[in-house]
Amino acid sequence: MKRIYINSVGSVSAQKTYENSNFLEEVEYYNANVIKVIDPNYKDYIPPAAARRMAKGIKMSTVSSRTALEEAGLENVDAIMVGTGLGCIGDSAKFVGDIIDNNEQFLTPTRFIQSSHNTVSGQIALAIGCKGYNFTYVNASVSFESCLIDAILQLRNDEAKNILVGGVDEIADHHVKSHQLIQHIKQEAVAAKDLLSSNTKGCVSAEGSNFFVLSDKEQASTYAELVAVKTFNTLTKERLETVAEHFLSDQGLSASEIDMVILGNNGDVDFDGYYNILSEGLFSNTSQLYYKHLSGEFDTAASFGFWLGSKILKSQSIPEAVKLNSIAPDSMKTVLLYNQYRGENHTLILLRRC
Amino acid sequence: MGKGVAITGMGIISAIGNNVEENYESLINSKTGIAKISKIDTIHKDAILVGEVAMTNTAFETQLGLEENSWSRTSLLAVTAAKEAVAQAQIKDINDCRTGLVSGTTVGGMDKSEQYFYDYFESDAAWKYINGLHAGDSTQKIAHQLGLEESFATTISTACSSAANAIMLGARMIKAGELDRVIVGGSDALSKFTINGFKTLMILSDTFNTPFDDHRKGLNLGEAAAFLVLESDDIVERDGKEVLAYVKGYANANDAHHQTASSDNGDGAVLAMEKALKVAGLEPNTVDYVNAHGTATPNNDLSEGRALLRVFKDNVPEFSSTKAFTGHTLAVAGVVEAVFSVLALQNNVVYPNLNFKPLCKNSIYCQKQSLKKKNSM
Repeated sequence: MKRIYINSVGSVSAQKTYENSNFLEEVEYYNANVIKVIDPNYKDYIPPAAARRMAKGIKMSTVSSRTALEEAGLENVDAIMVGTGLGCIGDSAKFVGDIIDNNEQFLTPTRFIQSSHNTVSGQIALAIGCKGYNFTYVNASVSFESCLIDAILQLRNDEAKNILVGGVDEIADHHVKSHQLIQHIKQEAVAAKDLLSSNTKGCVSAEGSNFFVLSDKEQASTYAELVAVKTFNTLTKERLETVAEHFLSDQGLSASEIDMVILGNNGDVDFDGYYNILSEGLFSNTSQLYYKHLSGEFDTAASFGFWLGSKILKSQSIPEAVKLNSIAPDSMKTVLLYNQYRGENHTLILLRRC
Repeated sequence: MGKGVAITGMGIISAIGNNVEENYESLINSKTGIAKISKIDTIHKDAILVGEVAMTNTAFETQLGLEENSWSRTSLLAVTAAKEAVAQAQIKDINDCRTGLVSGTTVGGMDKSEQYFYDYFESDAAWKYINGLHAGDSTQKIAHQLGLEESFATTISTACSSAANAIMLGARMIKAGELDRVIVGGSDALSKFTINGFKTLMILSDTFNTPFDDHRKGLNLGEAAAFLVLESDDIVERDGKEVLAYVKGYANANDAHHQTASSDNGDGAVLAMEKALKVAGLEPNTVDYVNAHGTATPNNDLSEGRALLRVFKDNVPEFSSTKAFTGHTLAVAGVVEAVFSVLALQNNVVYPNLNFKPLCKNSIYCQKQSLKKKNSM
């Protein structure tokens, strides 16, 4: 079967990742329950007049998508796919607030237009003049992975050669406050180093935008091979190990052949048990990594995990800050990523060194 | 070679009916679903017309065995239509083969989010709706109601092309052998959010929408849910399924012209139609009818009309827009019109382009107003 390559990355996150030359040499350890990204200098990418009313999700994605395109040496792509849980939720919330506060009067279109979930994929297409396939997936924590599945289909079926995929979500006040009410977001700040032992409900909410060029051709900039992706709308703890083993055996692998697992632990006492099943079971003797203490949680946070796995395989190094256990891998060839959010929408991704 | 993609079930609920049969009856009897808004208290209620689904939330909740005021209307519509589609396809065990679900929506649970936006902070009565804003919520509810487990279930939100894209993704996954069966479609309920959003875009008509008419003033919003069951040849054979139609071709392209408007020359639509024909392996002259997007905005219908001329040249097939019946159902439009198109194929009819007044200045806009029976091929 045709191989799929991750040819470039671009990341705007709560860490200083917007320059691809950096790889978590300096780490920001937050003590928070809401984390915003470390902003690049948007003026280098967006004219100030345009930037003024531009939603944060579009701004972040302008930088990360352009970084990915430049690293891949591309001015255009055959398809653009963006995953987002809530799109530019800040503008949506403001538009709803304006409707109520002003009794449906004096409204302007910008906030409504930017509320459309596909505004980021549309803006990228407009910016580079891409008339190709343009999709936006919006299914909670499988949004980004849906892009990967679609991109693999297109590349394997020769429908496209280079595809820009990304995951983006932004922080908005109403969203945070309302989700704190139902304990989906932590009530109290928690130090990054204590995240997994917080023993409290909910996550540390954050934002970010991570883009990648996937291609059917390997090139000098290539990070890794994207071997397989699978998503599951439901999955019980009892079935998790069996399903993970099946996923690997479909690729001719067993758990012992996996060099590193990247887990999506977010410190929610009610749901991290899923990750513990893998870290204490199937992969107890495997090098285990985690990242949401650095990136925070959002619907497309797994795209940061994908960035991490890609960087590790290319650089053949593991940043100290992401190590969950002390096991050092014998080699750095295969990476398995597992993520879920609140016990739903589980995803498995397999990456391999080129 | 790719495999066939059969449509074995359909479900729909729209302003012109609560199921496939009622929708078809309305279509062939030129019965529009457009009227004044009755279920949303908006200051624009006298300035706009909409295509509302007749049933109340309470009626849906009774029908689905839910407590009163427990779900967003988007989810209520979605589950109702998805169940009809699955019933027609005579699926007894949804997990008896690799089944997926792909749904499109633009507003998700916005109807409830806007209703309780500030109330969340006053009392916990509506907290169940807080996490229902995200677009995947209705998809997860459909999956749960259908008993779909450990499966590929995702949501697409690409504005008015969402459900068309859902059909396309489902078809591609079956063709590639990734899945055996995919439930595809979409759901969007009317909301103040959408009404006011489109109001700011200044493309809402204060009259019955008139697709392709020279004096068209804009669109009427609508709400709907519709789903198709797509199955592989193997499943059709295994279960001895009746096939309603096949998904032969599809494509998605982007105008890259403007965030909310189509290019005047219809570049995106031309690219999409040409690629869809190519995927289907069909020549333009084999097309008997085009169910157009035809929103009745000046911009859309011009762009689309030019695109039709560019693709079909001087041999434009009969076309009509059914938006005058249902209103523009946003994310769902593509699957509503796919259901109507399957019915057109089954019954050999071309639906009337309601509210169109022929001027015949421009020949391609000279469509008949009445239902037309096609000669059988």
